[in-house]
Amino acid sequence: MKKKDITSILLIIAIYIGVFLLTDVTGIIGPYYQVNIFLAGINIILALSLNLIVGFTGQLALGHAGFMAVGAYVSAVCTMKLGIPFIPAVIAGAAAAMLIGIVIGLPTLRLRGDYLAIATLGFGEIIRGIVVNIEYVGGAAGINGIPKKTTWSMLFLFVIITIVVIKNFINSSHGKMCVSIRDNEVAAEIMGVNTTFYKTVAFSMGAFFAGLGGALYAHYFFLIQPTTFTFARSFDILVIVVLGGLGSITGSILAAIGVTFLNAILVNFGAVRMVIYALLLILVMIFRPQGLMGTKEFNLQSLLNFQGRGGKNAKNN
Amino acid sequence: METFLAQVINGLSLGSIYALIALGYTMVYGIIQLINFAHGDVLMIGAFAGYFAIAFLNMPFWFAMLFAMLISGMSGYLIERLAYRPLRKSARLTVLITAIGVSLLLENGGLVLLGADYKAFPLAIAKKSYLLFDGVITITNHQLLIFGVTIAMMVLLQYIVNYTKIGRAMRAVSYDKEAAALMGINVNGIISITFVIGSMLAAVAGVLLGLYYQTVHPLMGLMPGLKAFVAAVLGGIGIIPGAMIGGFLLGIVEALVSGYWSTNFRDPVVFGLLILILIIKPAGLLGKHRKEKV
Repeated sequence: MKKKDITSILLIIAIYIGVFLLTDVTGIIGPYYQVNIFLAGINIILALSLNLIVGFTGQLALGHAGFMAVGAYVSAVCTMKLGIPFIPAVIAGAAAAMLIGIVIGLPTLRLRGDYLAIATLGFGEIIRGIVVNIEYVGGAAGINGIPKKTTWSMLFLFVIITIVVIKNFINSSHGKMCVSIRDNEVAAEIMGVNTTFYKTVAFSMGAFFAGLGGALYAHYFFLIQPTTFTFARSFDILVIVVLGGLGSITGSILAAIGVTFLNAILVNFGAVRMVIYALLLILVMIFRPQGLMGTKEFNLQSLLNFQGRGGKNAKNN
Repeated sequence: METFLAQVINGLSLGSIYALIALGYTMVYGIIQLINFAHGDVLMIGAFAGYFAIAFLNMPFWFAMLFAMLISGMSGYLIERLAYRPLRKSARLTVLITAIGVSLLLENGGLVLLGADYKAFPLAIAKKSYLLFDGVITITNHQLLIFGVTIAMMVLLQYIVNYTKIGRAMRAVSYDKEAAALMGINVNGIISITFVIGSMLAAVAGVLLGLYYQTVHPLMGLMPGLKAFVAAVLGGIGIIPGAMIGGFLLGIVEALVSGYWSTNFRDPVVFGLLILILIIKPAGLLGKHRKEKV
């Protein structure tokens, strides 16, 4: 095991125990910031799943809130109405989101250009439109009283799983195919990459984790409504991904934490907050289109060694 | 039969508004291959300009519309100049994300500056209903006005694009930017003009929408904008007659769904239609499949 990996594992354990001690055991962190710690965890999952689609594969998807909604509603129905235990229910929610991701992705990802953006945007609206019309899931009122099963340990486990799966996928040969599509789709196709297949793989995987995030969200906030999953939420996740860096896993993680707490501070300035984010997004795109971190990864070990070079960590061979 | 005819008339008037918006989308897409997400918000700016012109400057309706076109045209120019032109050589994803940023900036900027409440659009032209065919069909003068203005705008646009020097330059730029530049066409200037014309059409649509629903709101451009994009894709993106047909078709479909089924299913059906087109005929009704140039 490399020294770097040991540092990461120690950091992970330290964060887990640290937050556990500060919230559940001693209660030093009050309930308001506790909510935001959970929200940050969920946002990490959502940002990573979107980064896989936008940052690593180069396809703009704008319906992440829709996939969240699918995950949230399916898992909530599973635990509340069908009596299925928490973990299988969460996975069922995520799988349902993935299935829909394939249905949306296959026709639109065949095409070059920006059709995915508009199809996913439309899809988010379709999902909301459908959910409002189904009385079984509460219609416009939504589902209330979902059991609060997302504990800190559960959330932490799923965040780590998401990071590990996406990181390993990106570093695998399949992930490299996705990156090649981002860098030059025509060239990738000429080199024999089945672009539609890999775009759909990345997209449905992103949908899976978005559904997972939605399911965890539903089982923490115990109330979900169609208005929870509007375009504004998809946009929030996009802001995190862009700020963190299109193609940087650690960038998404840091940006998810940063933006969540910024949201917590600016909670009383709804529209002004969005104006700031929109301006930030435009300025970042004009002056630093790869996002703040670009494709670089934040590397704790190199920071400890005072080398200060932020090259790609983890060579997978 | 009566409901059917009534819904078709509703659909045609709403569809003409979609068509006007779709024209702006399709022109911009045709020339720089960008989905201008901010287009619906330019419509909102136009509607508010019209609202202020009528309610506070006491302008007559038609002057207010010209005023709205001026303001929207200027905003369209500024958006292109400040946000999109610096990215002319960037990846498409970058420009697309910027367009979303611009859209959200305008929407939320509108919410901050103009307030989140619905403002009553003044009834600048008194509403009259006409009964045709012994009362089988009811049609209002607003509907006739919307339809008439739309047709006039379309004829004008077709004239500009097909028979003027600027129109010829626009077609040349959309076909091949570099060759057009070599022929002495000011490419950036033509792109600006395209944005201005598209934004003016959006302003007309915005004022008509204000008159039709009698309210204006900072987020009023969001849904019509999205649907107009669906209309543009339906007709074949980048093709001007396609945007018109797509707009009318979408309006009628929407009206029929509301009339015969439920208004709740209106939006899901419209976006479902989009996904259906992308599966069956991605180039749109009038589109031809074009090979990608490397």
